[in-house]
Amino acid sequence: MNIVVCVKQIPDPAEPGSLDPGTKTLKRATKLILDESDSYGVEMALQLADAAGGGEVTLVSMAPNNEVSGLRTALAMGAAKAILISDPALAGSDALGTAKVLAAAIKRVEGADLILTATESSDGYTGTVPEQLAELLDLPSVTFAKHIEVSDGVVKVQRQTEAGYDDVECPLPAVVSVTAGVVEPRYPSFKGIMAAKSKPVDQLTIADLGIDPSQVGWAGAGQEIVSVEQAPARESGEIFEDDGTGAEKIVAFLENLKVI
Amino acid sequence: MAEYRPPLRDIEFVLDHLVDLDELTQFDEYKHTDPDTMKGVLGEYARFVAEQIAPLNRIGDLQGSVHDPATNSVTTPEGFVAAYRRYVEAGWGAVPFDPNYGGGGFPWLMGIAMQELISSANLSFSMCPLLTQGAIDLLVHHGSEEQKEVYVRKMITGEWTGTMNLTEPQAGSDVGAVHTRAVKQEDGTYRITGTKIFITYGEHDLAENIVHLVLARTPDAPPGTKGISCFIVPKFLVNDDGSLGDRNDVQCVSIEHKMGIKASPTCVMSYGDNGGAVGYLIGEENQGMRYMFTMMNNARLSVGLEGLAIAERAYQDALEYAQERKQGRAIGAPPGEQSPIIEHPDVRRMLMTMKAYIEAMRAIIYMQAESIDFSLYHPDPEIREHRKFLVDLLTPIAKAWCTDTGIEVTSLAVQVYGGMGYIEESGVPQHYRDARITAIYEGTNGIQAIDLVGRKLPMQGGDVVTDFLAMIAMLDPALLRGGEDLVSIRSNLADALTTLADTTNWIMTHGTEDPRDALAGATPYLRMFSLVTAGWLMAKSALAAKRLLESGKGDEALLQSKIATARFFCEQILPQVQGLVAPVTAGADDLYAFGPELFSH
Ligand SMILES: Cc1cc2nc3c(=O)[nH]c(=O)nc-3n(C[C@H](O)[C@H](O)[C@H](O)COP(=O)(O)OP(=O)(O)OC[C@H]3O[C@@H](n4cnc5c(N)ncnc54)[C@H](O)[C@@H]3O)c2cc1C
Repeated sequence: MNIVVCVKQIPDPAEPGSLDPGTKTLKRATKLILDESDSYGVEMALQLADAAGGGEVTLVSMAPNNEVSGLRTALAMGAAKAILISDPALAGSDALGTAKVLAAAIKRVEGADLILTATESSDGYTGTVPEQLAELLDLPSVTFAKHIEVSDGVVKVQRQTEAGYDDVECPLPAVVSVTAGVVEPRYPSFKGIMAAKSKPVDQLTIADLGIDPSQVGWAGAGQEIVSVEQAPARESGEIFEDDGTGAEKIVAFLENLKVI
Repeated sequence: MAEYRPPLRDIEFVLDHLVDLDELTQFDEYKHTDPDTMKGVLGEYARFVAEQIAPLNRIGDLQGSVHDPATNSVTTPEGFVAAYRRYVEAGWGAVPFDPNYGGGGFPWLMGIAMQELISSANLSFSMCPLLTQGAIDLLVHHGSEEQKEVYVRKMITGEWTGTMNLTEPQAGSDVGAVHTRAVKQEDGTYRITGTKIFITYGEHDLAENIVHLVLARTPDAPPGTKGISCFIVPKFLVNDDGSLGDRNDVQCVSIEHKMGIKASPTCVMSYGDNGGAVGYLIGEENQGMRYMFTMMNNARLSVGLEGLAIAERAYQDALEYAQERKQGRAIGAPPGEQSPIIEHPDVRRMLMTMKAYIEAMRAIIYMQAESIDFSLYHPDPEIREHRKFLVDLLTPIAKAWCTDTGIEVTSLAVQVYGGMGYIEESGVPQHYRDARITAIYEGTNGIQAIDLVGRKLPMQGGDVVTDFLAMIAMLDPALLRGGEDLVSIRSNLADALTTLADTTNWIMTHGTEDPRDALAGATPYLRMFSLVTAGWLMAKSALAAKRLLESGKGDEALLQSKIATARFFCEQILPQVQGLVAPVTAGADDLYAFGPELFSH
């Protein structure tokens, strides 16, 4: 079974990030790493390919400056190859622009049975690319997968809900988004890292994909970041003195928050 | 207690600008590597140790390893077994070793960088791979082909671990005093009987077999270090097909209750309670000490590195605390508000001192590792020889100064925390307690100072040290060209170097007249020598940062901080050299002014 995993390479969340005041977007000058959200999809794909007794996992990523560090991590985990789309014209792309680019790249992967994504990236959090991708590829879309099984051309997904999960089935090929934390991503081994060095990374521009520059980047973005504001400082909490009615006060407080 | 964050930016600065990775990766033996791959491997390893090994540090301290007297087995703290299994599965232990036995064939420098990360993450845990590494190092150099095939392969994968058995109750610093006996059998093997103490990871539950390297004496051996032989004594004998056979006659009869590194079992090993443990001679009889010496530089460098590693971990904690803890009002802060303590000059001084020491230690350690690689594989035999001398000369510096300084930095971390620094829950006392052993094992720091003065200064009739001091002086013109920013660095380094050269002269002349005078000053002399070496490397670091700034490359804030830290070191720490002249050159008279009986009055 051949699986495509869309992976994003993002600035290391451990490093203090900053916004570019001009473009109001995240500065991406430093080395990028594999978005942790995507490591679950990669792990899931590797396990599915294993369970199917063969097939390849192909990574697709759009990133500035031909950045490959994050892809190397996923290749070291065991993915077979990668497609990287990097083009100055892509700066400022919104979710739909990104989906168009990824869709065009995925079409080049022959015999892709399943396309996995994360539910959302950890630096952008728009959470809409997977569905847009499915629409553009004209494929079924299943979201929030916590477990995936494939048999006889059908993908069976446990789709996480607030109360538990739904069992969902659809025919392959399909686009499935994987919830963070549902599998334990393997660490690359030393041998895996060395092997990843020689795995192919196909580096493409939007011209290679036949995409018109007006469709992507700042030019094609249907959204605009109007302003950026500091998150409000955390307010000090409420303190209840327990005069015997502490429990009731806590229940009332939680009810008020609508968490119980 | 902060989560451990691998200091990759600082490490990469050293790899990129203080050592020559480009040249190193041109050597035939290292051609299959390149700087980017090395950094890639390091990055992945950093994530692994930070997420999997570092979180076990505190629980390791709380639980410690536990000995069961009924079975003489040792159980490591919760999580250690699973973490070690992952370490082995990922093949991390193999990186710097010989590809002929399954190693990754990476430079020793790479192994050292990885070791910094794991030692910071969890010093106790790191000692299991470290001791294994020492045993591999010895076997690769002196073992027979068969011994390498049988033992080294499994040790490189980490499936089996290794130990070094030197110490006995009457033989600590004085290794020549070992009593353990080895008697040759008709089949060519030996039977080993005796007791070894303080054996790190002598018994544990992390691996299926433990390969003990044991120093012992044959019945007709000459006395002292000339009569010591080195044996392989596996916990389980190995069958011809490589599978594990009978349990050997070696037991861990107890483990020590220690001040620190509590998760690292320190074992009393009893050999031959039931007729003799089967031992296999390494190389030739009576050559054991010589074999030990081939791995000594590497082992001592690794212990020096522990000083750096634990200092880095303590510094990270202290830095976080200093930014969060609010007390008093810093000068210039708005009235009515408490300031984070990092705003107070005295706390700043502590943090700056820690940072400067850490950068200096890292420079020394990584340069030593680079020299080890150059001494092994540089195509030019003259350079190989020069670098080998440099490694020999600076080994006591790397070991003793970096561990003394590591202890000082962990003590400063306790101080930054104030009262909380004395409270175990803060996690900081553990660093201080853990660090303390590093000045003791692998040759006490006192022994290192004696090694520097007694063995290393006289090398090549004193030429090695003279060349080294000349090499430091050679940096001067470049510092001059470095301009304003480097003026004080340059002048302080020059002053300190002059003092070191004069004092070295004193030691070399007096040392031959009255060795006791030289030995009396050995420890302050080692400190003086180390400070100058550190100052030199800090100056190099500032120069590299300055050049990068001028060419507009790199992260400006980081580079400015490198220059400022080097300036702090050279202006405020390096001048300590002047105060050390007196204790170095005082001679032994004051120390022996009265006999031991009068010390109590
Ligand atoms: C936690 C731990 C782990 C260890 N792991 C191992 C291990 O895995 N394998 C192993 O073989 N050993 C191990 N050791 C032993 C360690 O290497 C010795 O403790 C160390 O070499 C010092 O020997 P000693 O304890 O006998 O001290 P001593 O030699 O008695 O030293 C006491 C003091 O006297 C000084 N001194 C001794 N001789 C001289 C001299 N000639 N001139 C000047 N000063 C001198 C020393 O510097 C020291 O300050 C370990 C020890 C500990 C505590």
